[in-house]
Amino acid sequence: MALDQATVARIANLARIKVTDDELQAWATDLSAIITFVEQLDEVNVDGVEPMTGVGDFPLPLRVDAVTDGGYAEIVTGNAPEGALGFYTVPKVVE
Amino acid sequence: MAELLEHPKLLKGDSGEWEIVIGLEVHAQVISNAKLFSGAPIAFGAEPNTQVSLVDAAFPGMLPVLNEHCVEQAVLTGLGINGTVNKYSRFDRKNYFYADLPQGYQISQFEFPIVTGGFVDVEPEGEVPKRIGVTRLHVEQDAGKSIHDQHPTQSYIDLNRSGTALMEIVSEPDMRSGEQATAYLTKLRQVLRYLGTCDGNMDQGSMRCDINVSVRHPGDELGTRCEVKNVNSIRFVRQAIEYEARRQIRLIENGGTVVQETRLYDPSKGETRSMRSKEDAHDYRYFPDPDLLPLRLEDEYIERIRAGMPELPDAKRARFVADYGISDYDAWVMTADQDTADFFEGVVKGRDAKLATNWITGDYFAYLNREGFDVTNAPIGGQKLGGLVDLISDNTISGRIAKDVFEAMIESGKDAAAIVEEKGLVQITDTGAIEAMIDDVIAKNQDKLEQYRSGKDKLFGFFVGQVMKATQGKANPAMVNQLLKPKLDG
Repeated sequence: MALDQATVARIANLARIKVTDDELQAWATDLSAIITFVEQLDEVNVDGVEPMTGVGDFPLPLRVDAVTDGGYAEIVTGNAPEGALGFYTVPKVVE
Repeated sequence: MAELLEHPKLLKGDSGEWEIVIGLEVHAQVISNAKLFSGAPIAFGAEPNTQVSLVDAAFPGMLPVLNEHCVEQAVLTGLGINGTVNKYSRFDRKNYFYADLPQGYQISQFEFPIVTGGFVDVEPEGEVPKRIGVTRLHVEQDAGKSIHDQHPTQSYIDLNRSGTALMEIVSEPDMRSGEQATAYLTKLRQVLRYLGTCDGNMDQGSMRCDINVSVRHPGDELGTRCEVKNVNSIRFVRQAIEYEARRQIRLIENGGTVVQETRLYDPSKGETRSMRSKEDAHDYRYFPDPDLLPLRLEDEYIERIRAGMPELPDAKRARFVADYGISDYDAWVMTADQDTADFFEGVVKGRDAKLATNWITGDYFAYLNREGFDVTNAPIGGQKLGGLVDLISDNTISGRIAKDVFEAMIESGKDAAAIVEEKGLVQITDTGAIEAMIDDVIAKNQDKLEQYRSGKDKLFGFFVGQVMKATQGKANPAMVNQLLKPKLDG
C-alpha cells in the first residue's frame, strides 16, 4: 500500500507532528515501505483464528480499589514549561 | 387528569409535520475510591493536580492497572439496565489531541464493550409509558479539566479528573420528544443511584449527557443528526433538544442541509452553536490498547453480582402498592430515591400505612421543604414521626391535635408522647365527659338549638365547634359527632 502526500500530511496533523512540504515525499516513501513490509503478514492464513491482542493467555491483572497514590502536584507539574497556582498552563485552547 | 398521549406531539413546519429523533449518550462517573487505572483518589473540589498519579499524568513508562471495583460497578449497572454482560471485553485507545489529555488518547472500549443491549422503562410527562433501548455500556477514562477564564492568553490545566472511571451508556435513537429524553435521563439517574454506581450529581459533572438529535417527516428515513455535547442539567436537555430540532427544521425548509457536527448548548442564550469545524476532529484511530489484556469475566462472577443487586425503583414501587395498600402515585413518590424509600418503610412498617403515608407526604414533607432538610438529616426522623402516628392510631390524640404536637416536636425536638403528656393533650374519649360538655354547650345556646330544630341543619357544625373549643380540641371528633346528633334532635 502506498501513502500519498495528502495522507501523510493528515496523519502528521492528527499526531501534531510538524512536517514541512519538502519532507512530505520522503515520509510518504518511508511509511509506504514500512506498510508494505508489514503487509507480508497478509500472506498468513488465519481462517478460524480468533483475533488476539497478545500472545500469552494471561488473565488481566487487577488492582484493589484503594487510594495508594497521588498527593504530589509539584512532581506532576514539574516538567511543565509553565504553570500557575498549582495548574500547568498552556496557550489558550478554546474551540 | 388529562389523557396521556400515545404519540408525542409533532413539530409543525411549512412543509408539514416533523418528528424529532433523539438518542442519548450519558457519561456517568463510577463511585469508587481510586481511579480506573491508578491508585490516585477521586474527590471533587480538591486542590489542582493533587489527585493525580504518574499514570494519570502519562509519565513515560507508566502502565495502567484496572481497578476491579470499577469493573464490578459497570457489571452491576449493566444488569440494572437489563443489559447483557459480555464475558469478553477489551480496552482500546481513542486518539485525539487536547491539552487536558496527557496520554494523547483516552482508554475506552470500542469494539467489545463490557455490556451490550438493555432497556429503561420510562414515564414521560403527559405521554404513555415507553421502553427505551440501550445499545451498550462501556468503561472509559475521564480527561482532565481545562479552565479558560483565568488568564487572557493561557488555559489552566488540572488533571485531578484525569483517569477517573466513567461508564458511557448509549441509548438507541428511541426517543421522540424532550419529555421522553427527560424521563429517560431521570430514570437512568434514579437506577444508578439505587445501584450505588454513580451519584448522579449533574451540577458537579458526575453525570453528563450528549444528545443526538435529528428530524424527519413521520415515516421517512432517519435524518442527519447533530450531537449536542456536555449538557449538564435535565432541564437543559429538553431545551437543547427543542432548540436544535427547530433549527434543523428551519434549515431544511429554507433549502439547506443538516451537516453532521458537534454542537454546544449555551443555557444563557438558550441556543446550540457549532463547536468543531475541523473535519478530521472525529478521526479517533481506535486500536486495542497494548498495555491491557482483554477483560474476561466468569458466569459465577456475573451471577454473584446479580444476586447482590438491590431492589430497583419499579419493583419497589409495585411492592409498596401491594404490601402497604398505598396509591401508585404515592408509591412513585416514596421510591424516588433509596433514602426516601427506606425512610418510608421505617415509618410505615407495623403501622396504619394510609395514615402514615398521609403524614409523610403532607405535614412531614412540608416540614422538610420549609426547614431545608431531607429524610436523612432532619432532626425529626422516622422514629419520631412514627411515634406521633402511633398516638393518632391508638386514639390518644386526634388528627387535629397531632398537627399541633408535630409543630411542638419541631420546636423542641421532643418525642410526641412527651409533648402530649406535658401539655395534657390526651384526647378525651370518655363518653360521660363528652356528654357533659355537650349538655353544657346546649344549655348555653338555647336560641341556636331552637333554630336548629326548626330546620337550620347547618348549625350542627356550630355545636361541634363549640364542644371542640370547650375541650381545647381534645375531644375525639368522631365521638362528638356521634353523641351530639341525638341530643340536638331531642
